[in-house]
Amino acid sequence: MPKRVLLGLLLACGLTAPTLAQEPKTGGVINAVIQPEPPGLMLAMVQNGPVQMVSGNIFEGLLRYSPKLEPQPELAESWSVSEDAKTYTFKLRKGVTWHDGKPFTAADVLFSIEMLKQTHARARNNLAQVDKVEAPDDYTVVFTLKQPFGPFLGIFEVGSMPMVPKHLYEGTDWKTNPYNNAPVGTGPFMFREWQKGSFIRLVKNPNYHEKGKPYLDEIYWQIIPDAAARSVAYETGKVDVLPGGSVENFDVPRLSKLKDTCVTGAGWEFFSPLAWLWLNNRQGPLADKRVRQAVMYAIDRDFAKDVIWNGLGKVATGPSASTIKYYTDDVKKYPYDPAKAKALLKEAGYKGEKIRLLPLAYGETWQRWGEAVKQNLQDVGINIETIATDVAGGNQKIGDWDYDIAFTYLYQYGDPALGVGRNYVSSAIAKGQMFNNVEGYSNPEIDKLFADGAVATPDSKRKEIYEKAQKILVEDVPVAWMLELQFPTITRCKVKNLITTGIGVNDGFKDAWLDK
Amino acid sequence: MLSFIAQRVLKGVIVLLAIVVLNFFLIRLAPGDPAVVMAGEAGASDQIFVNQLREKFGLDKPLPEQLFLYVKGVVTLDLGFSFRQQAPVAKLIGERLPATLLLTLTAFAISLALGILFGTFAARFAGTFLDTAITVFALIFYAMPIFWVALMGILLFSVTMDWLPSFGYETVGANLTGFAHAVDVAKHLIMPAMTLGLFFMATYTRMTRASMLEVKRLDFVKTARAKGLSDAVIQRRHVLRNALLPVVTLAGVHSGTLIGGAVITETVFAWPGIGRLMYDALLQRDYNLLLGVFVICSAMVLIFNLITDLVYRLVDPRIEFAS
Repeated sequence: MPKRVLLGLLLACGLTAPTLAQEPKTGGVINAVIQPEPPGLMLAMVQNGPVQMVSGNIFEGLLRYSPKLEPQPELAESWSVSEDAKTYTFKLRKGVTWHDGKPFTAADVLFSIEMLKQTHARARNNLAQVDKVEAPDDYTVVFTLKQPFGPFLGIFEVGSMPMVPKHLYEGTDWKTNPYNNAPVGTGPFMFREWQKGSFIRLVKNPNYHEKGKPYLDEIYWQIIPDAAARSVAYETGKVDVLPGGSVENFDVPRLSKLKDTCVTGAGWEFFSPLAWLWLNNRQGPLADKRVRQAVMYAIDRDFAKDVIWNGLGKVATGPSASTIKYYTDDVKKYPYDPAKAKALLKEAGYKGEKIRLLPLAYGETWQRWGEAVKQNLQDVGINIETIATDVAGGNQKIGDWDYDIAFTYLYQYGDPALGVGRNYVSSAIAKGQMFNNVEGYSNPEIDKLFADGAVATPDSKRKEIYEKAQKILVEDVPVAWMLELQFPTITRCKVKNLITTGIGVNDGFKDAWLDK
Repeated sequence: MLSFIAQRVLKGVIVLLAIVVLNFFLIRLAPGDPAVVMAGEAGASDQIFVNQLREKFGLDKPLPEQLFLYVKGVVTLDLGFSFRQQAPVAKLIGERLPATLLLTLTAFAISLALGILFGTFAARFAGTFLDTAITVFALIFYAMPIFWVALMGILLFSVTMDWLPSFGYETVGANLTGFAHAVDVAKHLIMPAMTLGLFFMATYTRMTRASMLEVKRLDFVKTARAKGLSDAVIQRRHVLRNALLPVVTLAGVHSGTLIGGAVITETVFAWPGIGRLMYDALLQRDYNLLLGVFVICSAMVLIFNLITDLVYRLVDPRIEFAS
């Protein structure tokens, strides 16, 4: 068995080194890599991966989620749902304070929701089903929904709904509020210093509401822009944690073999990044379902997984990653079959029209993948022209529908109603934006299924609806699903309990400790 | 001389304004909208969000109005606000400028000093093994891409020998002060400065060598020799001084290229300077920040060119300041 495949299997099982239950030790400093440098640290104002990775230590949400995406207490200590599934009551923890000492209460929750509706596109979408939010007392928050919304308990993690200090933001210009760059949260670590271009320093919150936590004294997030330099920084012992995606995939097997190094693929269950090719359904040969199916048969996705991604990840079967709710693999299969691809192209009357391929400018791995896909498609007779752009230029082209085939990967956010439907329903077709239905797929049946699925009860009904949607989509191939990506987190083995939830390093280091 | 400087400064301001206007349009010619970039990173992009961002960036205003507001800002020394980084552009650049100046000036000094030294040796011993060795090495450093030299340097001096740190400006978390801090920064500076400097050193070496060999053949050198001056005095006071004019010209031109090289060096070595700031701003289409960095870099190039003109006068007294 190739070593890289073995590595993938080991990662799929959790860890490459054994971990034993030990009593956490307090103290110590962790140096972790952050890439790219976050544009800010105020999670309510800016949402991207690096911002959440750092700010997930500073801010908190009402809930966290286990690796199986079950809700767990965070700022809310308990919650209940009414019989009609329209009223959700959260009981907040008492004794929680902001880093400046002011108490955290239901008023902060109400304010945060109002602010997020204006500053956080995903939160606004998630809250669209909410009719009203009330605070009967300082430690109770009641959400009343317009109609039952299946994934509602899945929208409260820190990145999706961070709690904001009302006393520091109310009545200010949020965009230029000085606390955007010196954030005040309720989290286990407090912001201390940010030397732009060098590092961000967080220190232990001594008044954290979970007694005894956090265990670490400090976290330094080191900003190292070059992927090779990040690998070297780990190799030379300057950093202890390489969060998923911080080094090129071809470096992972080498770094994994270093002494005292542990690797895990866990901690991405909530996001479940799924890579696919946008296929522009509107125009040219790709408007024909048979050509899109031919693309699926033409691409050797096992090769991509085993060679380009070094055995990491899993070949995707359809629009849902296998880690999120209501996934089914009982769908039409598209094994690597160039002959079948050629036959489908012939049947569709493809005559060698030029098809533009837009790779993703996210580094070496993605470039190589672009080359491999180009080769696969050329092998079955598709006339491919690669268009080179940077990320911003590529985003613009995709948003303007100015492409034929384009690479992407998107998060799924744990539930088809949150992270899947947006890419296939016709109401999400909007020019100028890039993470919706940019392929232009329109199917009234799919529209209805996703609309019904979001509000259906009980869970078995949702399951039935989403399984049907997956079957239809896989038959229609609106996009070409490639891989369920895996971004391994590489750490020194002395770093314990770093990843304890389905959000992994994005959820803060409050459980992490150093076995010194 | 003062009127010469005043004239040059005035011309410089006009050139700077022209650069601002040109860059303003150039940046906007590149495909990619900052609002879409940020919306994309947020993992969601509904129209309300994109519109909000465009309004925040001021991109909803007509282009001439955007230009007018920007130029008005620059004239009043306000470089605008980076909404991506949520901070004034001048503050962001101010935080990074010292690191870039330290890196580029050190690299510049290394390249000029070593380049002239090696060029002089090569010319002095033209046709010998030493000349060939210097010329070959100069050619190698000139031909090798900066990022490659940087990575090989890291591999050799950080990974294999563990002599020098591979990234950063200082040892993070060491909290050093005074002399210990200066030594720490110097250790971090060696590799990036040498990497950046070696490329330019190669150019100066070859330029000094060629120029000296040319000057050596001129009549006034023969006259000096006929006067009975020692070889060392002829080389230093007559040949080198005259041969330096093209080197000074080249050094002035290189001031801009040096900043371009700093983008790569700062990225590979995680050096927190404006080169990287510019690179990140470009990728993220952070228009105000990118324009701000361009303004500062252009100003630096103009200042370097002014200094070059003044140095001409010192190197060659025959050159008069035009009034």
